Amino acid sequence: MTFTEQLAQFIVSGITQGSIYALIALGFVTIYNVTGIINFSQGEFAVIGAFIAITVAQKVNLFRGQFDVELEWPVPVAALIGVGGAVLVGVLLYRLGIQPARHASTLSQIVATIGASIALRGLVLLAWGTDPYRIPPFTQGKPFKILGAVITRQSVWVMGLTVVVVVALFLFFQYTLIGKALRASAANPGAARLMGINTRRMGLIAFALSAGLGALGGIVITPVTFMTYDRGLMLALKGFVAMIMGGLTSPFGAVVGGLALGIVESLAAGLISSGYKDAFAFAVLFVVLLVRLGGVFKRGSGEALERAGL
Amino acid sequence: MPLLEVREVSTFYGRICALDHVSLDVNEGEIVCLIGANGAGKTTLLNTISGVAPARHGEVLLNGAAITRTPAEKIVGQGISHVPERRQVFGSLTVMENLTLGAYSRFRRDGRASINNDIENVYLLFPVLKTRHKQLAGTLSGGEQQMLAVGRGLMARPKLMLLDEPSLGLAPLIVQEIFRILADLRRQGTTILLVEQNARAALRCADRGYVLENGRVVLSGAAAELSESELLQRAYLGKRNHRNRSG
Repeated sequence: MTFTEQLAQFIVSGITQGSIYALIALGFVTIYNVTGIINFSQGEFAVIGAFIAITVAQKVNLFRGQFDVELEWPVPVAALIGVGGAVLVGVLLYRLGIQPARHASTLSQIVATIGASIALRGLVLLAWGTDPYRIPPFTQGKPFKILGAVITRQSVWVMGLTVVVVVALFLFFQYTLIGKALRASAANPGAARLMGINTRRMGLIAFALSAGLGALGGIVITPVTFMTYDRGLMLALKGFVAMIMGGLTSPFGAVVGGLALGIVESLAAGLISSGYKDAFAFAVLFVVLLVRLGGVFKRGSGEALERAGL
Repeated sequence: MPLLEVREVSTFYGRICALDHVSLDVNEGEIVCLIGANGAGKTTLLNTISGVAPARHGEVLLNGAAITRTPAEKIVGQGISHVPERRQVFGSLTVMENLTLGAYSRFRRDGRASINNDIENVYLLFPVLKTRHKQLAGTLSGGEQQMLAVGRGLMARPKLMLLDEPSLGLAPLIVQEIFRILADLRRQGTTILLVEQNARAALRCADRGYVLENGRVVLSGAAAELSESELLQRAYLGKRNHRNRSG
């Protein structure tokens, strides 16, 4: 394998992993823009979505063998159910965790999401235990080869679905009434209310949407990298880094940030040492914060950062 | 029966009393203006009517039905459109999107076609908005943003429009233009409750007026009478008595 082939390989795996960060970062940005909250249970959405999909797709023992689930439904169906399940969790989190605290400060609400993430992680641990799980790839078959790099079929799914989701999300925000109302609530919640937009419902929609995005990320990556109960924290942190790299409020920036982070990690792991993978991700965060507080795709004032307490 | 009736309303921010037993009414087809210094409670009164700062005591009635506890996002659907202070357009959305969202409360009922039709009507009223319809609202000039804010308010097809300081920070020519448009709107049958620092211009286009001081109504009457009243001349219309006497 020549060096360029290796490089191509690292970049392909970087983009695959980065797509997941991008989806999670998109969830962060959506919730942040609409509600001002940084939702630290974003990673848990990915984990819960993945575990629900796993449970539907194959034989699983729940609660240390208390329940045997033998559905073995096709993977795409399982993926849809996983996304739906996570959306439900997102809705419950907003209704039970955020909405009752709507008169509290944004910081308190952010702390509530940290609490929720710990609780959800515990729940997943109780139900599924500490074992790593996998689901079969969405489609079977030989991997593709481009420029000497091996691209598995699942990687193609990951990248393809990310593109589809990003385009769909763009169309949703740009051309539907609800999408415009969400953007209006982000731009000026007070004026949005005067237009008759129920900003609480917009918050609910943002949480549901973000949960779905996170779950999709968790599910498509499970055939590639396995899923364990405790992956949510790291996924959330990486998504958060991607969000900050992208300027905190820009969905486009979040996607670019996610992909860039994935590539940096993969190159660092491949060329230096896989032990430094995470260290590099946070070094990137450190540099971005240091050089340009507000990220690369920042627009406007530092108001957004102040709102986030950064 | 007046279109809007405010009965003995008191509103608080925490423990601070911003409105103290304020009563006022607005009849259909009228322009009524609220005059007062900064902090007199003018904006709070509009916020209380539109549900942003609900009253602690008293009642707000629209066509005789109480809307005192109705949340802000439902009030616009009942026919009150609030054009807030400092315009508050959605800066990161286009002019067209701002107008579309102005009709959010009646979108399901009236449908796309009727809303597009109304957008064209707003463009007739404010031709400059049409030339900028794809531009982000945040990039408009202050006067254009004010026109957009009024246009967005009209998109809800309100029975009553609450306008908060439409002349704030605008050049005199633009201010004239805004007041000309208010007169046009009244001719087309929109009822307006107007808050203005610019008391002279407000009284010129209004039918009646109320003067607020420290959260209380201290004076009310026909606009022409108010312009003549000594208190108002001294406090808000800038005629200095001592100079009249000496010169």
